[in-house]
Amino acid sequence: MINFMALELRPLYAVLVSLIASGLIYVLGEHIRPNAREAITMVAAVCKAVIVYSLIPAVLAGTEIKLEVFKIVKGVSFAFNVDPAGMVFACVASTLWILTSIYSIGYMRGHGEQNQTGYFAAFAMCLCAATGLCFAGNLITFFIFFEVLTVATYPLVVHYRDAEGTVSGRKYLAYTLISGQIFFAAIVIVYSVSGTMDFVPGGFITKDMLPMPWALVVFFMMIGAGIVKAGVMPLHSWLPAAMVAPTPVSALLHAVAVVKAGAFCTLRVVLYVFGPEMAKACYGADILAWMAVFTIILSSFIAMRKYNLKARLAFSTVGQLSYIVLGICILTPYSTAGALYHIVAHAFMKITLFMAAGAIFVTTHKKDIREMVGIGKRMPVTMMAFTAASIGIAGFPFFVGFVSKANIIMGAVSMGKPVFVATLIASALLALTYLMPVVLVAFKKNVDNPEFDEGGDAAPAMLIPLVITAVISIILGIAPNAGLHLFDLAVMAGNQIFTPLM
Amino acid sequence: MMTLINTFLADKGIYMLTLLLLSLGVAGVIVCNNYMKKLICMNVMQVAVIFFFLCLGQKSPGTIPVAMDTVVKASDYINPLPHGLMLTAIVVSLGTTGVGLSLLLRIREKYGTIEEDDMLRREELMTRVEKNGGKRD
Amino acid sequence: MTNLIGNTPVLIILLPLCSALLCLALTAVSKNLGSLVVKISCLGSLVLSVIQLCMVVSGGTIHYAIGNYAVPYGIEFVIDSLNAVLLVAFSLMGFLTVIFAGNFSDNKNHFKTAGAYAELALLITGILGMTSTGDVFNLYVFLEITSLSAYCLISLGGSRGVVSAYRYMLVGTIAATFYLLGIGILYATTGTLNMGDMSNILNEGGHDGAMLVAMCFLIPAFGIKMALFPFHGWQPSAYTHAEPGSRPLVTGVMGKVPALAMFRFFYCIYGTDFRFFRIALMLLGILSVIGMIYGSLMAMGQNDIRKILAYSSVAQIGYISLGFAIGTPIALAGSFLHMLGHAFMKGGLFFCTGAIRYKYGTVDINDFGRIYKKMPLTCGLLVIAALSMIGIPPTAGFFSKWYLALGAAGQHEWIYIAVLVLSSLLNAVYFFRLIEKVFIRQSSDLKTRWESEVLELPVTLIIPIVACFLAILGIGLFNVKIIDVLLMTLEGVGL
Repeated sequence: MINFMALELRPLYAVLVSLIASGLIYVLGEHIRPNAREAITMVAAVCKAVIVYSLIPAVLAGTEIKLEVFKIVKGVSFAFNVDPAGMVFACVASTLWILTSIYSIGYMRGHGEQNQTGYFAAFAMCLCAATGLCFAGNLITFFIFFEVLTVATYPLVVHYRDAEGTVSGRKYLAYTLISGQIFFAAIVIVYSVSGTMDFVPGGFITKDMLPMPWALVVFFMMIGAGIVKAGVMPLHSWLPAAMVAPTPVSALLHAVAVVKAGAFCTLRVVLYVFGPEMAKACYGADILAWMAVFTIILSSFIAMRKYNLKARLAFSTVGQLSYIVLGICILTPYSTAGALYHIVAHAFMKITLFMAAGAIFVTTHKKDIREMVGIGKRMPVTMMAFTAASIGIAGFPFFVGFVSKANIIMGAVSMGKPVFVATLIASALLALTYLMPVVLVAFKKNVDNPEFDEGGDAAPAMLIPLVITAVISIILGIAPNAGLHLFDLAVMAGNQIFTPLM
Repeated sequence: MMTLINTFLADKGIYMLTLLLLSLGVAGVIVCNNYMKKLICMNVMQVAVIFFFLCLGQKSPGTIPVAMDTVVKASDYINPLPHGLMLTAIVVSLGTTGVGLSLLLRIREKYGTIEEDDMLRREELMTRVEKNGGKRD
Repeated sequence: MTNLIGNTPVLIILLPLCSALLCLALTAVSKNLGSLVVKISCLGSLVLSVIQLCMVVSGGTIHYAIGNYAVPYGIEFVIDSLNAVLLVAFSLMGFLTVIFAGNFSDNKNHFKTAGAYAELALLITGILGMTSTGDVFNLYVFLEITSLSAYCLISLGGSRGVVSAYRYMLVGTIAATFYLLGIGILYATTGTLNMGDMSNILNEGGHDGAMLVAMCFLIPAFGIKMALFPFHGWQPSAYTHAEPGSRPLVTGVMGKVPALAMFRFFYCIYGTDFRFFRIALMLLGILSVIGMIYGSLMAMGQNDIRKILAYSSVAQIGYISLGFAIGTPIALAGSFLHMLGHAFMKGGLFFCTGAIRYKYGTVDINDFGRIYKKMPLTCGLLVIAALSMIGIPPTAGFFSKWYLALGAAGQHEWIYIAVLVLSSLLNAVYFFRLIEKVFIRQSSDLKTRWESEVLELPVTLIIPIVACFLAILGIGLFNVKIIDVLLMTLEGVGL
């Protein structure tokens, strides 16, 4: 008799819930009313969140949760292994799915969008893949979900089915498929030299397996897929292009699933496949860290020159994701915990910003920052949330961004890397320079813009989620462990990776 | 030297001839422009292989493989297997030729020619007509 | 009952053969009886081949001497685990095609329909026969049965079809003649036609010269039949213009069986100890690599979906022969997994095109705008099959690529891995182009020929589509079971 509520089976359920939801929505499709589609999404989202949350106590207690579902290829199982690092990402993804679902409903209705069946189906599929990524116990399971995520995002990018969307879709596919296939080749090589694919905190590749020049080549073959998705320059250009999609999609792409999957992939490859020693020995981590530094600075400058709000946020994402990559590449327990926690922090802050941008667009049809003068009068709540998230992105104390950045900086200090510290601090100021103007323009005092005199704030279905995320990002800033103990999980993950070395 | 050539020809000469016949056939199938000639060359090619097998089955002190009271040793008969095989091969080649001929009839019916050049021209014309007529302009 | 089970190897082939012969006669009795008998016989073959697979898995290789003539004098059928798996896939594909073909028959001329069914049944006979046989000459006979019925089926596809069939026939006959010559040389050397026996005699050594010459004839022979680059010239037009009802079988399965025969000659008869084996493998590898890239590049330039798929077959056959060229058991298993998977992918894609053609009468991808709204099921299969062709997990194509790449890595053939990656990317270009047309392009006003509120297509079209969908995912997710069964045989023969 199998215990269907067993802890080991729960990651599988978490993946299956959204898979089933996706299948149901696609198959029933146009035969059911919009309400039913949304109901399926909401029920699945809540179920998934409950399942994921229920795993937290066990992970905190240090219980090993491993499940081998079946042999996926000869010698390797389709395996789930719930560890603290994966748990952090899974919590973020499943929490935000609920909020984006509510928001999507408001946005899609408010905007009268077409093709909603495909939209909700693909959305659920993305979340299925994202959860799978978090819980994947070995490289091949990880790769399967990674590729499913790539493909499932494509219909979202081309959602509007117009020429611009098609071009962005092609660009997106070109970047992700090429890097994905190279990742595949690298996995094959890693498996053939090491004979194992299970993620091990601290890595499983040793110097004997891959001699030096090859280690660096394989490192970048593997990391390529991650940094493309995470938008590390010079491989970032699909990300701003993908901005043509509807705002909830951008929010999903940027905050929850896709770019975070890239960052998470980088984490897994650097710290769980190669391991800190090997990553340092082959110079991969150093090169990657410098790429991240370069990206952080450059993207801030580009963001300043963008007047389309979503485009500005996109470049902000490019920069923020490189924080995570940098945090991983500094290779200390602090910075790793910081990087992981930045997945949480950035997710809540960036999703607030995007939801606010979307709410502005749906309510007033404004995309350009220069046209938003005085918009704070009409949409005070939205803009308050926006302001809170902007300050958070800059890393002010008592906002969630501070916690993660402080940890990354502590790591950099302990490794004696002044350049990284300087970069991180400078970028905080740069973030202020490109986000604050929006806030200042919106709340400009002496302007009387008749457009914004009446009409009221965004619809509740959009407003509620974005207020919730803004509030969460403040709460987590004051008490990083509130609710889901995400900070403890991040610290646990950092210690797990580096303990064997100390 | 001459004896060497002679023995070679006596032993292997017939194989050289079948090889020549085979090459002729293959070359014909490739080179000929007329589809009927291609079919004939195809037959030549098949016959060459049949000869090859029959030559294999031949040996000089041997008789036809029909059991006789006077000949009791198996080694006195020639090997019947290649002949049996070739009966099958002949049937197959007959079938192929039949199919080929009927296809040729259909080609002639539809294109009015069995010359490859003419047909290619006709096909090009058909493609152009399809492109213009098949879809709205 | 025990008799029935004991004779499964031959019954699997006899059923479609008899139905082919009876089909026309029965049609004279009642107009649908003939095709019904063909369908039932194909179902029978399918059931028997499944039973046989179970027997092989539990009891090991089956040796069946036809008519109880002692081996090696009589004809022997050898069903090892490899054959058994392939037989199931091929007979399933045959059965699906037979069901599917009913929608494309000529309703006025029942005898013409019955003739097409008879040819289809003969094609299935030939394919199943080639898969089961353990006798090199018997293989030739089945090869010719397959080819002759294929010529006829291709010629049924209109005037272009006749010309492509004729060209195919000429090239195909050259292949058959070369094959006959090759086995003639081997027969002259060994004096036997039984594969196992021949292998034993050849492995005693000292026959390298004759084996080399025979191989020079056999490689082009199989190359032509399986449409391996550069012998593929006949294939695109033949696949494009084949009779629509039989196209899935012709395109999905027909090219695979000669590949199996090639494997048998390379690995089971010649064996890895053959002096020129490595050179032959290298040659095969070069051909496969060029074919994989060339086929994909050609497919990119086409607008007719049938042509796209035909050229993509040239590339996909390259995957299969690449596995043979790598030669380790795991790579060979990858090849066979790809053979299985590709039968359903390519067959499935042609089921889709057939269904779209049935409903809207078009094959130009520029007319496919947003067709997914009208045919969600068909487009679902289209997407899954296309993803599988590219090699996106968890579809069948990914896993065959995985084993191929793993085998290549084991042999340190890094260039093969690079080509696999490149080829998947090229596949992605034209398959995403197709997906773009189906999902993004503005819809064009197509006139539907099938009106129904409930179903998008007739049931006989939906069954093959759903079956292929499940098969592609099933082969992907449960590949380990298949690989284990395949390895039962392959462990002994690879490098």
